[in-house]
Amino acid sequence: MLKISNVETFYGKIQALRGVDLDVNDGEIVSLIGSNGAGKSTLLMTISGVNKAKRGNIVFNGENIENKQPHKIVDMGICQVPEGRRIFSRLTVEENLRLGAHANEKGKYFENDIKEVYDLFPVLSDRKTQRGGTLSGGEQQMLAIGRALMSKPKVLLLDEPSLGIAPKLVNQIFVSIKNINKEKNVTIFLVEQNAKKALELADRAYVLVNGKVTIKGSGQELLKNKDIQAAYLEGGAKN
Amino acid sequence: MEYFIQQLVNGITLGSIYGLIAIGYTMVYGIIGMINFAHGDIFMIGAFVALISFIIFGLTGVALPIILLLVLLIAMLFTACYGWTVEKLAYKPLRGSFRLAPLISALGMSIVLQNYVQVAQGARVKPMQPLISGGLEFFNNSDFIVTVSYLQIFIVILTIILMGIFTYLITKTDLGRAQRACEQDRTMTALLGINVDRTISITFIIGSSLASVAGMMFVLYYGVIDFYIGFLAGIKAFTAAVLGGIGSLPGAMLGGLLIGLIETFWAGYVSLEYKDVAAFSVLIVVLIFFPTGFLGKPDIEKV
Ligand SMILES: Nc1ncnc2c1ncn2[C@@H]1O[C@H](COP(=O)(O)OP(=O)(O)OP(=O)(O)O)[C@@H](O)[C@H]1O
Ligand SMILES: [Mg+2]
Repeated sequence: MLKISNVETFYGKIQALRGVDLDVNDGEIVSLIGSNGAGKSTLLMTISGVNKAKRGNIVFNGENIENKQPHKIVDMGICQVPEGRRIFSRLTVEENLRLGAHANEKGKYFENDIKEVYDLFPVLSDRKTQRGGTLSGGEQQMLAIGRALMSKPKVLLLDEPSLGIAPKLVNQIFVSIKNINKEKNVTIFLVEQNAKKALELADRAYVLVNGKVTIKGSGQELLKNKDIQAAYLEGGAKN
Repeated sequence: MEYFIQQLVNGITLGSIYGLIAIGYTMVYGIIGMINFAHGDIFMIGAFVALISFIIFGLTGVALPIILLLVLLIAMLFTACYGWTVEKLAYKPLRGSFRLAPLISALGMSIVLQNYVQVAQGARVKPMQPLISGGLEFFNNSDFIVTVSYLQIFIVILTIILMGIFTYLITKTDLGRAQRACEQDRTMTALLGINVDRTISITFIIGSSLASVAGMMFVLYYGVIDFYIGFLAGIKAFTAAVLGGIGSLPGAMLGGLLIGLIETFWAGYVSLEYKDVAAFSVLIVVLIFFPTGFLGKPDIEKV
């Protein structure tokens, strides 16, 4: 449903993506792993239309989106939870969720949708009226995912949801991601440095090195791959 | 005592006008982080549109409340178009370039608007017959009679109504939420499917409409305008926004009120000649003790 071909993205003269090819099929969980500065966030921001691809194509359900504005891309059904969560700290939890509902026919199904999010992350329901900035890191991540779900996306792009979160909560968040995929039928494209967890969860996965895809395969294949074990798994999850 | 109360009434009236202009400065600063130096001239345009409409409707012999309502709507509509156009022409193309660029562009826009009105309307001051006359008198049996004119009542009540609508808009509606979200993180707002450019445009439209109402009040209150009124009124309203804490909406309202009061009391008790300096002197003193203004939010929460 999402097909990325030969995408190159620049920051001024610095080339961050050097011809990325990658597919995400309907209903899948696809993971992308890679070390710091590999270009993972750049790829997500290019899909979302925040960074413009200088070359290459991004096709979503048969339509080219590489020149569309970010809000149009959300309207089409691609929503991103960016790195660092980017909660609106001065707005309440509920206001954050309401903002997410904007793309979903201006919040027509708001009551129903927000209940679904609260069922998925009950802690958010207890914090409704609290300001986003007062939540813990894990709670903020849940809010960021919940906020994105309010737009009823077909594809959810997740940028390092485990970053800076207590290990216990990381497990909970990965379980939720799986639920969102299986029960709500949302396709997932997951970017992670926590390679082990990301590969265990994934149907298929890609490795990005220096702006280019170097290895691809099923999640299980990549878990067994010697190079990946050496570079990303054996104590290398942090590199 | 009676003199004091009279100055208070006059100060609140003037403060209402400054407060309505100050909101435009603070909103634009909040959402795109620039000081819109052309905003004072947008206020001036509003005053001219109001004056011209008053003259036209004055000839038709329509009842006064209807004239006021029509002029209000026309001034808001026309001035909003100017505000919207200024943003599209002078600021939007510069978004993402270096920080001073839109500031310089705003100064340029300010001069353009002044010259445009000077050429189109002439440089001489434009007078208008008082439309709303009469008032209420208090303390009749003392030696100083306090007068609250109907015009002052009209100005203050209209300001309260507009502030009420405006506060509702910002705190309770989708548009207001989108606007507050843009203030914190425009990219994230776009990533939620919100059209950020449109939200910014609407901010200019709202700010300009409120300034135009201030322009209409100014015409009614002072009875004369020229193409240059936007400069001083703009600077004072900007001072009000800084005093209240730039970026803070309640701050703009409070700041406007304070500047109006300071100016009136200074003129009443200290010196009429130096009344324009008063507001700025106070600003300097306040900023030494409250660097972010009275209601400014310290920017610690930026994620
Ligand atoms: N705004 C920017 N301006 C200039 N260069 C940038 C910018 N953002 C990223 N880069 C560069 O682009 C490259 C890719 O960065 P990107 O953030 O996409 O990496 P990443 O894989 O997401 O890394 P991390 O795991 O640390 O989040 C890096 O070399 C980085 O320095
Ligand atoms: Mg990243």
